[in-house]
Amino acid sequence: MTKSRASLPEVAFEDRMALVEFRVAPTPHIVVDGDQCRGCTTRECVTACPANLFVPTSDGGILFNYEDCFECGTCYMICNTKGAITWNYPEGGHGVVFRKS
Amino acid sequence: MSASFDAVVVGAGPAGSAAALVLARGGRRVALLERGPFPGSKNMYGGVVYGRVLDQLIPGWWDEIPVQRWVTRRATMVLTDTQALTIDFRTERWGEAPYNGCTTLRPEFDSWLADRAVAAGAVLITSTTATSLRRDPNGRVSGVTTDRPDGEIEAPIVIACDGVNSFLAKEAGLYHHPEPEHFTLGAKEVLALPREVINERFGLTGDQGADYEILGGTGAVPGGAFLYTNAESVAVGVVLQLPALGRSGRRPEQYIADVKSHPAIAPLVAGGELKEYSAHLIPEGGYDAMPGLTADGLLIAGDAAGLCLAAGIWLEGVNFAIGSGAAAGDAALEALAAGDTTAAGLAGYRRRLEASFVLKDHKKLRRAPGLVLSPRMQQMYPAVICDMIEAMFTVDNPAAKPGARRLMRQQLKARKVKLRHVASDAWAAVRTFG
Repeated sequence: MTKSRASLPEVAFEDRMALVEFRVAPTPHIVVDGDQCRGCTTRECVTACPANLFVPTSDGGILFNYEDCFECGTCYMICNTKGAITWNYPEGGHGVVFRKS
Repeated sequence: MSASFDAVVVGAGPAGSAAALVLARGGRRVALLERGPFPGSKNMYGGVVYGRVLDQLIPGWWDEIPVQRWVTRRATMVLTDTQALTIDFRTERWGEAPYNGCTTLRPEFDSWLADRAVAAGAVLITSTTATSLRRDPNGRVSGVTTDRPDGEIEAPIVIACDGVNSFLAKEAGLYHHPEPEHFTLGAKEVLALPREVINERFGLTGDQGADYEILGGTGAVPGGAFLYTNAESVAVGVVLQLPALGRSGRRPEQYIADVKSHPAIAPLVAGGELKEYSAHLIPEGGYDAMPGLTADGLLIAGDAAGLCLAAGIWLEGVNFAIGSGAAAGDAALEALAAGDTTAAGLAGYRRRLEASFVLKDHKKLRRAPGLVLSPRMQQMYPAVICDMIEAMFTVDNPAAKPGARRLMRQQLKARKVKLRHVASDAWAAVRTFG
């Protein structure tokens, strides 16, 4: 879209995520194999994860945090690197709790 | 918690609760599993529940569902960066019984429907994730294992309504190879605004509501956008095709910001305070991308079966979930009564879906996903149409008015669109939507 158009004042990303309820499970439901990620140049997960949970590190790896996950499945669906992302549902009763969706 | 039932339904979304409701009413012992703390806690959607599918299931449903607004204004917008063409329809008829569609909050709607299943006798078990299918010695599905201690549930029929990621359908081998291009990411913001402000901006009174489906507006990423009204909030969101989103280098919330700042949308959402941000995958592949629907002892329904209708001017899912869930419930009753829960015994499921809107609509619109998500439909045609209309209504005196045919030719030439492509897309559109 038009790059010249001033976007609305945006809520900071952490404030945006702070509005969503998460009941964090004790064990991660997504496991990212950092070694696999090191060879990846496209990094679709970094762009596409709506919760912005994938952060590139300076050494070419990916830092991943499962706690504020929407459980949408975008990351494992979009990943081109076989075996880099192992995805499951969090334990029952845990994870995201939508209230107004 | 080890237990046995006549059927176990995995997922208390609209598909699962409809299936459990039908089974419970048929006198069967049915468990309804939900991995969230309450039904609807994992769910989000793009705005409207069309209730006709509930007429048979819950007569008089409109008196009891947790409605936000009754949609009486339905607009389809075509956006370019600086232009908007809106086809805006409204009718008072949709604002009174038996109604057409309503906006609702999924945690409230899904909980309501699950409560109806419970009232009919279904056993709702929340905070419990089904982790795998159980199999009898013949290899037939015979229940599920859950993540509760001793959480095996035995049942001759499992109905997997475990959503777009359906690990149970994948485990059963019903999804051969889910292609990322058949999935879109829906991302949405709910923005609080006072009821009177919403009514004034959208030209509504009382509990009337508006629903806008938006074509264009997502730049180079095939998809679309939506905007609809709740009682005291508006929801605005985007739908983004996965591989293109990943390649685009822009994040989902940036696309939402683009839509919110479009001159045709900005005044409608201005000043709204962000209350919740949410995201969910949408199965958009349609009929040709659907998984198998039945195996020995197993049925799949709702998003798990890829039953979202994403056909440009129509974006429907909850009604297809309820329709398929109820059909799964009926087919399960039939199979249990006949004592044959193999795939052959459960064949009534597909037969019912084919006789109802669920597969009729999907079959009829099987070409819609490819057509709607094509680059010409996504970027070229919105620009061509908006520029043509702009030229039609720009008074360019002393020049005389241009003819529509000449304008069209100029537009297509300027954008290097081949007339035969237009003709073939038009023919595809007629075959799809006609």
